[in-house]
Amino acid sequence: MIHPIPPGTRDVLPDEMRELRRLHLALIGVFEEHGYGEVATPAIEYDEVLARGDGRTADTAYRFFDGSGDLLALRSDMTVPIARLVASRYAKAEMPLRLCYLANAYRAVRPQRGQMREFAQAGVELIGAPAPEGTAEVVAVLEAALDAAGLERAVIGLGDADLYRQLLAEFGIDGEARNSILARLAAHDLVGLETELSDLEGVGDDQIATCVALSQLRGGKEVLSEARALGGAAVERATARLGETLQALEARGVAQRVQIDLGLLRDLGYYSGAILEVYDPALGHVLGGGGRYDGLLKRFGIDLPAAGFALYMERVHVAQMEEEPRGGEGP
Amino acid sequence: MSRAKAAGPLKVAVPRGALLGETLDALDAAGIDTSEVRGESRSLIFPGQNITLVTMRPSDVPTYVEAGAADVGITGKDVLLEQSDRVVYELLDLGFGRCRMVLAGRVGDERLGESERRLGMMRIATKYPRIAERYFEGTGRQVEVIEVKGSVELAPLIGLADGIVDLVATGRTLEENDLEVREEILECTARFVANRVAHKLRAREVDGLAAKLRQGLAR
Repeated sequence: MIHPIPPGTRDVLPDEMRELRRLHLALIGVFEEHGYGEVATPAIEYDEVLARGDGRTADTAYRFFDGSGDLLALRSDMTVPIARLVASRYAKAEMPLRLCYLANAYRAVRPQRGQMREFAQAGVELIGAPAPEGTAEVVAVLEAALDAAGLERAVIGLGDADLYRQLLAEFGIDGEARNSILARLAAHDLVGLETELSDLEGVGDDQIATCVALSQLRGGKEVLSEARALGGAAVERATARLGETLQALEARGVAQRVQIDLGLLRDLGYYSGAILEVYDPALGHVLGGGGRYDGLLKRFGIDLPAAGFALYMERVHVAQMEEEPRGGEGP
Repeated sequence: MSRAKAAGPLKVAVPRGALLGETLDALDAAGIDTSEVRGESRSLIFPGQNITLVTMRPSDVPTYVEAGAADVGITGKDVLLEQSDRVVYELLDLGFGRCRMVLAGRVGDERLGESERRLGMMRIATKYPRIAERYFEGTGRQVEVIEVKGSVELAPLIGLADGIVDLVATGRTLEENDLEVREEILECTARFVANRVAHKLRAREVDGLAAKLRQGLAR
């Protein structure tokens, strides 16, 4: 007799679990080696606490009332719960603080095409280490994690979360128009982007061209000078930040996998400065991401710079299996 | 979750049907050999040195491209809007395949207005339920959207619906079925789309093809 489980959730049987466990151990091993201590937090939190971290998660959070009428929510990532944990338990601790996790998170998405309602993430949070050194350390751990997973061809996209906010401010675009254009940029809807920009008053053709061209700049170091050639203070600041990060990465010898990507926008509300995304040529979906969120801990009452990343475990496992025939280490 | 191999030629999803001819012309103008696709072959896949053409229904293009099974593709804006939850990068308006999404009703028949006024709701048959729902929601009207797969013109003629939302190129089909355009919803053209990861990891090939398509159109 078949007893259904909700769509977007799944059972794991021993053959798969054995491989997943090996992957988990390899990743947590790498995190521990780099000095990151593993933590666990409750899957359910007060909705108010999660919303303090990122108000926009409310769209996709599972929320419910408990017996005493409090509004609870299932966590939709680990970054906000860890910010909460650091503020309550480590407010007076010596910084930087290095924490890692392997945990399930939940999003009320329409479950289809690898979009699960319940999914496992492994990641790290580095609290109290500013850019660019802190960012470089996080990228170094990410590289080691990808190596440990046997994903030698994986690429890390490095972008800047503040670029377009500042660029649009420079163009005098704000309010609803700004959010709508940021959404077009995040979706890489270039046709819509051009139309929408040209419908705005006071936005010139060269500004439209700059915006479209910037979003398509991705590749090696040369991208930074190509961007600078497009001009503007926002671009200047973002490329300077990216240049510093890149320098710190090179100093650590971990810049090989990194692709500069000025078109990168992450849809989580708390990012600032450097942002990361992880791709593997064997998979059409993004394996994970992260970046700096220097303003997040302030929302919990301690003003500390921070950065981190999370990898989607199920996707990493799929990529691992696809990379196996290529002679990678595999699971 | 579907998987894709990144090695080898760039896989281009090509829409069969009404968009096929102009798509092949655009690819020709971009310097890609399409003679095999134009031939008598019943194959679906046409491998080449740098580019492999994969033919499919236009409505499947976003599915294949989102999953990375095809790296890039060409399909109509109508398809992209109807499947707007699919994550593909829309890089270029190719300009051809121009048609209009319209609300149509029977000639000289006031059922659309009457249903809205007296029943508070219109019944609309369409192959594009999401576009239709969004349009009526955006214009503050209540409708019952009835999704059909085949000839949607049939629906108002035999009383399934008060009107239809459909794609119109020349307007001939509407005319032949005694239907007329009541409202224009939007204009659609063919678009060049890319998979999110291919756009990052095969940047040079994707940008190169986009640039050649753009040049070809300008000619």
